[in-house]
Amino acid sequence: MNIKLSLTAAFMALVLVGCGGSPGGSSPSGPLRGQSITLYSGQHEQTAAAVVEAFEKQTGVKVSIRSDDEAVLGNQISQEGANSPADVFYTENTPVLEYLQERGMLARLYPSTLAAIPREYHSPQGDWVGLSARISALVYNAQQISPTQLPSSILALAEPRWRGKLAISPSETDFQPLLTSIAKLDGRGAAEKWLAAVKANSKLYPDNETVVSQVNNGESTVGLINHYYWFRLRDEIPHGSLHSALHYYAPRDPGDLLNVSGAGVLKSSSHQAAAQAFVAFLASRAGQDAIAHSHSYEYPLRPGVSAATALRPFAQLKPAAVTPADLGDGRFPLELEQKLGLF
Amino acid sequence: MLTLGGALLAGVLVLVPLVFLVVEAQGTGWSTVSRVLLRHETVVLLANTVKLALLCTALCALIGVASAWLIARSTLPWLSVWGFLLVLPLGIPDFVIGFGWVSLDHSLHGYLAAVLIMTLSLYPLVYLPVLAGLMNADPALEEVARSLGMGPWKVFWRVTLRQVWPAVLGGCLLVTLGLLAEYGAYEIVQYQTFTVAIFTEFKLGFDTAAACALSLVLVALSIAVLVGELSLSGRGRQTRVGPGSPHPPSKVHLGRVTLPALATLAVLCALALGVPVGSLVYWLIHSGSTTLPSASILTDVLHTGEFSGAAGALATALAIPVTFAAARHRNRLTILIERLAYLPQALPGLVVALGLVSFSVRYALQLYQSTLELIIAYAVLFLPLAVVGMRTAVAHATPQLEDAARALGQRPVMVWLRVTLPLLVPGLGAAFALVFISSATELTATLLLRPTGVDTLATQFWTYTSNFSYGAAAPYAALMVAVSAVPAYLLSRRLATVSDGGNQA
Repeated sequence: MNIKLSLTAAFMALVLVGCGGSPGGSSPSGPLRGQSITLYSGQHEQTAAAVVEAFEKQTGVKVSIRSDDEAVLGNQISQEGANSPADVFYTENTPVLEYLQERGMLARLYPSTLAAIPREYHSPQGDWVGLSARISALVYNAQQISPTQLPSSILALAEPRWRGKLAISPSETDFQPLLTSIAKLDGRGAAEKWLAAVKANSKLYPDNETVVSQVNNGESTVGLINHYYWFRLRDEIPHGSLHSALHYYAPRDPGDLLNVSGAGVLKSSSHQAAAQAFVAFLASRAGQDAIAHSHSYEYPLRPGVSAATALRPFAQLKPAAVTPADLGDGRFPLELEQKLGLF
Repeated sequence: MLTLGGALLAGVLVLVPLVFLVVEAQGTGWSTVSRVLLRHETVVLLANTVKLALLCTALCALIGVASAWLIARSTLPWLSVWGFLLVLPLGIPDFVIGFGWVSLDHSLHGYLAAVLIMTLSLYPLVYLPVLAGLMNADPALEEVARSLGMGPWKVFWRVTLRQVWPAVLGGCLLVTLGLLAEYGAYEIVQYQTFTVAIFTEFKLGFDTAAACALSLVLVALSIAVLVGELSLSGRGRQTRVGPGSPHPPSKVHLGRVTLPALATLAVLCALALGVPVGSLVYWLIHSGSTTLPSASILTDVLHTGEFSGAAGALATALAIPVTFAAARHRNRLTILIERLAYLPQALPGLVVALGLVSFSVRYALQLYQSTLELIIAYAVLFLPLAVVGMRTAVAHATPQLEDAARALGQRPVMVWLRVTLPLLVPGLGAAFALVFISSATELTATLLLRPTGVDTLATQFWTYTSNFSYGAAAPYAALMVAVSAVPAYLLSRRLATVSDGGNQA
């Protein structure tokens, strides 16, 4: 990056910080109009498409989306290095962003972008920002079990009475944070014991979509998922065949965990201003509204933006105090799962 | 000279992902590799891999050879229809076959489920090369054997099977190596093989180096398989003296076996095609999805056809010098290149694709995420299929005929066009069809290397299924089968012409 370019970027930053100051930051950014950026997205395609459409309309910046599994994209970006065509990386989880931050591949975000979202949902270093969240929950087959029999803590799923009844997807990125959460509350030894017992109780499935489907059709009684998988299943299958419901753990339970989706700007991007503007937009009121109403059933993280009406209000959630910083790059739970032979 | 040059080019292309693998693997610490490798699970995972490879390969060999023989050498009714249907399962992505079975029976999982699903999706890799081999083989040998009083069984064992032996072994090689590298289908039926260890490092550890180091274990396994196959195929050479008199092979009248044979083929097609296609139809009808397939579906079909067609042509073009060099100029180098050409089949698609990413961002940035790079990626990934498709045809093409043509004053180009090429046609067709169909359903490399904004049927199918929109996804899977049906149909038409001596049944 030469000096002239970074000066331009700094100037753009000033302009944008100015824009971001006004509520919603929704005034068209003249200097950016006509530019184009590339978005690497591990987010659900509908969500990414919805926010991109709103951003393009507002700024006149053209965004090309490349969708893939976020972990594959993480590997790809790290192979591409300084030649990466990616300007912005938008993910469903934070560990992959944390991994790129550790490798020094992400640029510092504009302070106004970070300020739009409560501090606990962004990187302490300021290289990525959390944008939306979902809460981990238990899906259960309502024909096989009544809500009163369901546990208030995820720790209870280690009991032998769940043998053969539990469905999990240990290779999904949503599973490891649970282990980190339990370890933070009760220590790593407790997390290991819990995982060993849960493994003995569980059927293992490749992804959350399969877990929620298999519980719905009665193959398992309960399953560990994030809340939004159940809402998406509900919308997809015929009405008569919905046999499942969602159960939340007690407040502050280690299973009651927020999983955060976030975004960062690539340091190697030669369109810093437009890329920063895009992430700023994601954190703005308009961007957060687009995320909330893109059929994603995610909670927007900007205060004052409301989620889809079917959801339990965000203010009522009392999740365990596990921050993205606690999750780090996810090495501890991965090694624990390998040790116990979950994969 | 041209042959050797072409073979070298193919060798270099195949080396790109391998070099990447070795270079990356050096970046990993021994502690990571030993933590993953030196544990009890590794033994279990490797045993699972070998167990699956053994049974699946045996079943694919049995089904592939028996069905190819029925199509090429028996008087079964509706031959061209069967010939066509038997290729099609190759055009259904493994994950659709897997989902089809699991949605039919939710409790389907484990070893036998993996054997079932992989056998049904991989047997065409034996069937098609063997069929091409049978079409290519000199029928006169069988006739001589019969006239000497051999019964049909004896003719099959002692003459026919020997003629197509390179195709049988080659097909089995593809199946075995493919099983080593597979991941997605095993995930669906919860069967864990060694690839699980590799993908965990990729997906959850973001540790490309460790994943590559572990992939070297797959390379070691496949080298063992490749050396083993070389020693099995080493004996004897099968050349035919010429196209012979242009007449169809004489057919075996099945008599009382006709009905059981028909029933077996019907069951096979119902399992391999009926179940996945049935589940697609179910999705189409019963899905509550309000999402319609996007308006760009026609463009996606065109992209898929274009990329797969170009990849089929390129891989076939590369396979000709590779197989020719190994058959005609047999020395250490040509044998090494031919063996190397099989390796991409044993590597996870993600490794091959990341290898190309790493190479092109460093040395050919212009090429990165271009249509051309995607086509090259397909050609590298599926070169092993093209090589197997070609190798019986090349083995049958005798150099004496070319010598004769040259002695009669034909120029080398004309010798090639008028003598060699016609002998290779069935092999070329099989090679092209195998690569085309596999490319049309490829997902991993497509997602990494396609030009930004370009979709294929496979990427759209993936987008919708990862969003629960099975109803919207189903038409894309159906179209993948339809696109794959085109080369399958052309091949079966040609087959009908060859085996009926020009008269339609």
